[in-house]
Amino acid sequence: MKIFERFLHIDRRIIFVLIFIGVALPLIWTLGFNLEVTENVESVYNLMEELEPGTRILISFDYGPSTKPEIQPMAIALMEQAFTNRIRIIAIALWPMGVQMCNEAFEKVSAEYPNIEYGIDFINLGYKVGGMVTINHMAKDFRSTFPTDGGGNPIDEFPIMKGIKNFDKLGCVISLSAGDPGLKQWVMIAHDTFGKPVGGGTTAVQAPIMLAYVNEQQQLVGLLGGLKGAAEYELLVNKPGFATKGMDAQSVAHLIIIIFILIGNIGYFATRKKDTMKS
Amino acid sequence: MKRQIPMLITFFVGALIIVSEFIPHKPFGNLSTSLGGWFLIISGFAIILGQLSLFKVNIIKISRKAPNWPYFIIALVSFSIMVTCGILWGTQKQPGLIPISDKMLNFFGYKPFDYIFKYMFENLSATMFSLLAFFMASASYRAFRARNAESTLLLVAAVLVMLGRTTIGSTLTCWIPESLGFLHLPNIASFIMKYPNTAGQRAIMICAGFGVIGSSLRIILGIERSYLGGK
Amino acid sequence: MEILMHRIGIWIGVFLTFAIFSFLYKDNPFYKIAEQIFIGISAGYWFIYTIYNILIPNLFVPVTTDFAHNFILLIPAFLGILMLCRLIPSIDWVSRYALAVVVGTTAGLFFKRYLQSDVLNQLTATMLNPFASSNAAQIIGELILIIGTITGIVYFFFSKKHEGAFGTTARVGIYFLMVSFGAAFGYTVMARISLLIGRLNFLLGDWLGILKP
Repeated sequence: MKIFERFLHIDRRIIFVLIFIGVALPLIWTLGFNLEVTENVESVYNLMEELEPGTRILISFDYGPSTKPEIQPMAIALMEQAFTNRIRIIAIALWPMGVQMCNEAFEKVSAEYPNIEYGIDFINLGYKVGGMVTINHMAKDFRSTFPTDGGGNPIDEFPIMKGIKNFDKLGCVISLSAGDPGLKQWVMIAHDTFGKPVGGGTTAVQAPIMLAYVNEQQQLVGLLGGLKGAAEYELLVNKPGFATKGMDAQSVAHLIIIIFILIGNIGYFATRKKDTMKS
Repeated sequence: MKRQIPMLITFFVGALIIVSEFIPHKPFGNLSTSLGGWFLIISGFAIILGQLSLFKVNIIKISRKAPNWPYFIIALVSFSIMVTCGILWGTQKQPGLIPISDKMLNFFGYKPFDYIFKYMFENLSATMFSLLAFFMASASYRAFRARNAESTLLLVAAVLVMLGRTTIGSTLTCWIPESLGFLHLPNIASFIMKYPNTAGQRAIMICAGFGVIGSSLRIILGIERSYLGGK
Repeated sequence: MEILMHRIGIWIGVFLTFAIFSFLYKDNPFYKIAEQIFIGISAGYWFIYTIYNILIPNLFVPVTTDFAHNFILLIPAFLGILMLCRLIPSIDWVSRYALAVVVGTTAGLFFKRYLQSDVLNQLTATMLNPFASSNAAQIIGELILIIGTITGIVYFFFSKKHEGAFGTTARVGIYFLMVSFGAAFGYTVMARISLLIGRLNFLLGDWLGILKP
């Protein structure tokens, strides 16, 4: 019975070390577990695939370095798909760090696509505060919300921005979001008010909540949730990256946590039984 | 005047936004669109207020020699350095007051503002949040007990999702034949997310939505005045 | 030289990473220093981007380059300055005027959008014919969805005591909510572990060079 009591008092530093090792080792020695694509991720992929070459889409970078491991791989995979299919990207950010995240993703992807030109195939319009109110304003008067790009140059100078006064000429809206403001606000305004198809990528924390918007009303066409969603998208665009490599480590870490939960419960039930017998 | 006029402004602005939904034409539509632009500018000042407030609070703590006061100097120095770099040399896309020389750019590889962001802020931000992985593991072990029906349900759902949403879940049940495909862990996880999870989240969303509608009406009608603060 | 600064930058990043990780052992001066640096840099970053991305293009440039068409922007500029008066205790009440515009706009927009997106559309999405599909799993799932949503909403109705048939319905609602929270917990674990994977990728890859690119 003593062993079951010890199950309840494992030093948390042991847990920390095991989690550290459980994540580190699979990164060094990949295990190569199977990855399956889910319906929601495939829906976003199909939304992008069905767009005609030359279509302009809006991607909103609503995240920062704290959630970069989960969402940056999604951004890179989406950009790769867009540039392969000659879809033009208008990038904005509702989080200030989103601007840098967008720049980093573009720098990484554009190295593989030398024909992509800033201002023609891609533009980064920078950051705006205000969340839902700003998205609403953008949908009514895009050019007064973003009079310049992120570098302070008037948007009239850029061919990609020709004719963009609101959301009408956009093929779809994709929001890569880590919280508020983010995907929820885009669904409320871009789809529910102005009828634009919206797809999204979120952190795994937000994914269960946002799944309620994936419904018959197509409030959300599909959803990439967390590192797994990013890995699935990398598989679909056939460019395995950070997310795919990270899935093995994710699996092992989950297994370790489940084992500790089971150990805790075994100890709890065993000692509870003992206490019941005593009393 | 200190409270009545702001409440009147709130009422007027809120009502205008709601009316413009039903009458999008002039003048309501135009006024509503203009308000959106004004909101952007005022919010920008609100962010500046936040940063200046941080500055003020830290200076007060330092002057009063509050506990751990030397650390607050570090915050102020970091803030000042970041702002100075941003104003003087600008950001990646934005020019600053002083054009950055090729020598400086070749030395750092980035503008000073971006260098600090990339090598300091990104690492600090990411590490701060990654600490949660350890605490989450420890807290799960300590607190997650199947004490009653509800907690057992929570535990079972969590374990099935944690296994099904990783590659190990797919590997563990890959041997299951197609006819018993519903027992494949990723399929179980997908079912849980698509149906019972969506049901629960939808119920929360609908009820929270009613709450937001009620609060918004209360604010517009002046019943809720806590946002005014003070006297 | 750029490569040297890149290596120095990596080492700075590693130092700061371990300074934060040292909190796992116990609170210590290194952690406190790293925390304060984070606060300072974060605030500075927001400050600069607010000026460059919002105040300059949306206020200063339109007003200075085309005053005749944009003089109306002096109103939000004035309100913004009133907002800044919150820093001065004797006149902090003037910020309420600016706050009223912000709060009123937000409240008006939230009223419409939450009603449409979070209430009406969600209720409509629940009004399914579960027997329309031939797939047994889908039929069962959609029945679960309908029952779960209704019982979950019943649970949140606190104006009536949860007893009798009403109480039983609310109890069923709790079970669905518990499944939701369990799923949310599973995803939250995934999120947190992902962040740790990112950090270890930096330490093992960018710093030690152990990981293959």
